[in-house]
Amino acid sequence: MKQFDYVRPATVSEAVAAAAQPGAVYLAAGTNLLDLMKGGVSRPDRLVDVTHLDGLDRIERLADGGIRIGALVSNADLAHDADFAKSYPAVAEALLSGASAQLRNAASVGGNLLQRTRCAYFYDTASRCNKREAGSGCDARDGENRTHAVLGWSENCIATHPSDFCVPLVALDAIVEIEGPNGRREIALDELHRLPGDTPERESALEPGDLIVAVRLPPAARGFAAHARYLKVRDRTSYAFAVVSAAAALRIENGKIMEARLALGGVAAKPWRARAAEDVLKDVAPTVDAFQEAASRALADAKPSGDNAFKIELARRIVVRALSLAAAGTPARIPALPASPFASTSGAIHA
Amino acid sequence: MPELNLTSAPAHLRHGSNIGQPLTRRDGVLKAKGQATYAADNHPPGMLFAVMAVASISRGRVTSLDVTAAKRHPGVIDVMTSNHKPELAIDPEIKTNPFVFRMEVLQSNEVRYANQPIAVVIAETLEAATEGAALLAPRYETLPALVGLDAGESFVPPVVGVGNPTENHRGDVEAGLAAADKRIDAVYETPPQYHNAMEPHAIVAAWDGDSLQIDMPTQGLMLSLARVAELFGIAHDKIHIRSPFLGGGFGSKGLMAGPPVLGIMAAKLVGKPVKLVLRREQMYGPVGHRAPTRQRLRIGTDSEGRLTALDHHARTVSSTFDDFYEPAADASHTLYAAPAIRTSHDAVRVNTGTPLFMRAPGEATGSIALESAIDEMAWACGIDPLAFRLKNYAEVEPITGKPFSSKALRACYEQGAARFGWAKRPLQPRQMRDDAGLLVGWGMGTATFPALMFQAEARAVLRRDGSGAMEIGAHDMGQGAWTALAQIAADELGLDIDHVDFKAGSSDLPDAGIAGGSAHTATAGAAIHSAGAAVIAKLADFATSDERSPLFGAGNAGVIARDGRLIRRDDESRGESYAEILARAGVAEVEARGTGAPNPAAMEEYAMHAHGAVFAEVKVDPELGQVRVTRMVGAFAAGRIVNPRMVQSQLFGGMIWGLSFALHEEAITDRRTGRIMNANLGEYHIPVNADVPPLDVITVEEHDPHVNALGIKGVGEIGITGSAGAVANAVWHATGVRVRRFPIRIEELLK
Ligand SMILES: Cc1cc2nc3c(=O)[nH]c(=O)nc-3n(C[C@H](O)[C@H](O)[C@H](O)COP(=O)(O)OP(=O)(O)OC[C@H]3O[C@@H](n4cnc5c(N)ncnc54)[C@H](O)[C@@H]3O)c2cc1C
Ligand code: SF4
Repeated sequence: MKQFDYVRPATVSEAVAAAAQPGAVYLAAGTNLLDLMKGGVSRPDRLVDVTHLDGLDRIERLADGGIRIGALVSNADLAHDADFAKSYPAVAEALLSGASAQLRNAASVGGNLLQRTRCAYFYDTASRCNKREAGSGCDARDGENRTHAVLGWSENCIATHPSDFCVPLVALDAIVEIEGPNGRREIALDELHRLPGDTPERESALEPGDLIVAVRLPPAARGFAAHARYLKVRDRTSYAFAVVSAAAALRIENGKIMEARLALGGVAAKPWRARAAEDVLKDVAPTVDAFQEAASRALADAKPSGDNAFKIELARRIVVRALSLAAAGTPARIPALPASPFASTSGAIHA
Repeated sequence: MPELNLTSAPAHLRHGSNIGQPLTRRDGVLKAKGQATYAADNHPPGMLFAVMAVASISRGRVTSLDVTAAKRHPGVIDVMTSNHKPELAIDPEIKTNPFVFRMEVLQSNEVRYANQPIAVVIAETLEAATEGAALLAPRYETLPALVGLDAGESFVPPVVGVGNPTENHRGDVEAGLAAADKRIDAVYETPPQYHNAMEPHAIVAAWDGDSLQIDMPTQGLMLSLARVAELFGIAHDKIHIRSPFLGGGFGSKGLMAGPPVLGIMAAKLVGKPVKLVLRREQMYGPVGHRAPTRQRLRIGTDSEGRLTALDHHARTVSSTFDDFYEPAADASHTLYAAPAIRTSHDAVRVNTGTPLFMRAPGEATGSIALESAIDEMAWACGIDPLAFRLKNYAEVEPITGKPFSSKALRACYEQGAARFGWAKRPLQPRQMRDDAGLLVGWGMGTATFPALMFQAEARAVLRRDGSGAMEIGAHDMGQGAWTALAQIAADELGLDIDHVDFKAGSSDLPDAGIAGGSAHTATAGAAIHSAGAAVIAKLADFATSDERSPLFGAGNAGVIARDGRLIRRDDESRGESYAEILARAGVAEVEARGTGAPNPAAMEEYAMHAHGAVFAEVKVDPELGQVRVTRMVGAFAAGRIVNPRMVQSQLFGGMIWGLSFALHEEAITDRRTGRIMNANLGEYHIPVNADVPPLDVITVEEHDPHVNALGIKGVGEIGITGSAGAVANAVWHATGVRVRRFPIRIEELLK
């Protein structure tokens, strides 16, 4: 491995100062970063270990009814926080559908948001990749791209953002709190990840030295708790990234949808909020017809970036299913197979 | 190997014989405590770390390596390249016997496949060696890669598998097809797969003058030793290989591959012990894999649903520089009673590491295609798939006409079907749903694997303290040789297992042959059987020829060994202990050797195979296409079951691999470069716990007097066969969609 400096600051401001120099990166649990370093994909000069910073590992209920999740809270702790899971069931379900129990125990909230794409050519230093090395080309474009993007991609990059967690978060208008060299600021999660355009190497709105300190859900996010699901189709039952996923959250009153939230995962370089679909669901009855209309709106701009046209049709079906499941009501407990199409099988056979 | 200390485990409960008891693994406690020493756990004093640099192109030439940069890195001791390496005694391109494969040990700058070793960096730490390898920044002259089953002109290889004829036939297939009432003609594809043993290939090599100490996982101690001896030009007795435990092998650790040879060369170059462990992605190239296949099956039936012809052709690939051909079509030789059968193969050469045997080589690939095709044929005839198989049950081996040495397949079908509840299966697909609306399908497949035997030798000892020893250079890949072979040894020595000092896993013990072909327990067991019998005979000689012994005059055939005593067959109350006999004879111990080998006469007369029937239930989301296996039942008849617990584990593992074959496993190859893009266990999917349903294994009683003295057939590989097809057929039955490209993917079920 390339030799690097390792620093472990005690305070956020020390961390930000330590990360300001070129070649420095933050290290959280390292479940993504260390793999990238071992493969030579990331070759930082300095690791700024943030895992010992004070105060970033708390889940705080805010006076206004919102919630604030410290960047160092582990994926598992957040998902298993009973109050959190009750208030934001789709978020908990998404977290528990990701990776494996061991990884979730380690992985942090901040690291999950900023995990890198799983595009195989990005991980392979012998391949051309605009994201890894600006201007070098994109070997995925004509390569093995079955799982690549169908929305928001460009000729320069067709990679997807792999996070499950981010999908319901973006649907619920999550806000990211950032501490940077110029002080504190906050942005909508929807603004955090960038579409590739001509600069796929610029993945997020963060500037060098910016540290995510927390993610916040606004008070309104809680209003969807009764009708919120995450659905994730994957190539095996567990421990696989989404081929396509969707988070659906509804506020239903008197048989009508007052407000709908919908986001897709595994389809674009960012968690994909489908606002056009949400619009058609406002003030209508939760019917399959309405959901189908929403699905076609959500995928209206989709186009295959390679061998992945099936993902568009799959995404439509997932949207319909996720909305139907949400309309049917959040289950009392997160299913044993979270977000799985098999979540509700009981095993009975009707021959 | 005293450090194993296996017998410190609590004494086992024994009821009569040791064979047949479900003993737990004798090495289990060591493994659970992390005290079992795998190859890479060895750290001889002064040991250095070697890391391979591997090619990132699949065809061309290395034009430069920045050795200076690598050597400048702190901790790097040396960089072994094609220009700077110890010379071998023979050219590694020479195939000195059919079990020698060509390997890349820096003999030239040519690159023949991706992940081929191109240099080795030796350093004081693993980290320094790793960085040194990265700093080599190789440059290449790249040639267009040959990729895929249509890469070039196809040819008919001289043999497939290990010396099987490329083509076989019996009867007139074309006439049989022409006369058929119904026919199917279908093409199936299977992808390249990699063994991916949990333990990567690893070696710790230490030279002492011209003596060589090696710690290395191997399924073939003596084959490896012989190869090392010829490559380095040293005598066999100068080499000691220890391989007490393997973290899986599946065929990839059977023969000496290039990387461990590089480890030995590196140790020689620097004059210090060296450890070389492959990174996961480095296992996708130089250590073998299962070749992809495209198989065409043409089957005909008469109006009653009886087969008239079965034609099975398989296209596969080999490397550009060596020959191994997946014998996929041979799977059609034994199972179904077609009056006309033809099997044939052809191949193309691609830029890949040479394919190799991988758990059920040929049988696994061939079985999923054959069992799918049989299912399609049954459906075309409107006959239940089990009824169809029974209608076409082979009473003699179809391709040879030989009787079977034993064949309890009918019982497997019956018991498996009963346990599964197969009788309730609707004939039509897409008829069953569960209460959540998921499609439910039931499928089955027939399992088969030949009962093979290799050569082995064992040494048996009886000691004056009443204990015994059995020595054999056998291999435990996790299948349980430490336990099952010790059980056989105990019975053959007439001792309780806790009184037998069983030694294995080291090259200074008698040659146990290779742990492969599902033949290790049978082969090593046969050697143990004859060594045990021989040592008991020697002991009996002392007693029966000594007037002071109660056994005097009984003759060798007149005594039985039991519980550490010899007793008279005609009067079991008369006998004496081994210790007494040896004490009186004034010897400390008595020893004898014995061998195990195939019986050519029996092989000439009988077809020898294990069989099984596997039943699977899948659920498929009707809109989203995701599949999950929810139940599997396998009934297997494999001769004598030495240890039911371990046999069950082998069959579980095989069935899970079958599930994996049908639904998950595939090395995704970039069609432009021939490089594998998912060379890691995150994206090379194998089933995880959530994919594996409750598995139900039935071992069907079967007595086989012909396969070998112990009647053992072997269970290591058969579990994959049948299972993969059962899952694929269940997917069809659930959805009505017949997928012929494996693994079955979501997109194919969305249509
Ligand atoms: C085999 C495997 C399977 C997986 N499967 C899934 C899956 O199915 N679904 C899924 O969603 N995820 C999956 N993951 C990804 C996993 O969720 C991420 O690796 C994990 O969330 C990253 O968190 P971490 O704390 O380890 O981040 P690290 O690896 O430490 O960091 C990741 C990145 O974030 C940056 N970073 C970390 N914290 C901060 C911060 N506070 N401020 C600014 N930058 C920061 C780091 O610099 C780095 O660039 C999988 C991972 C693996 C290895
Ligand atoms: S899709 Fe993006 S990440 Fe993948 S190779 Fe192309 S540029 Fe790189």
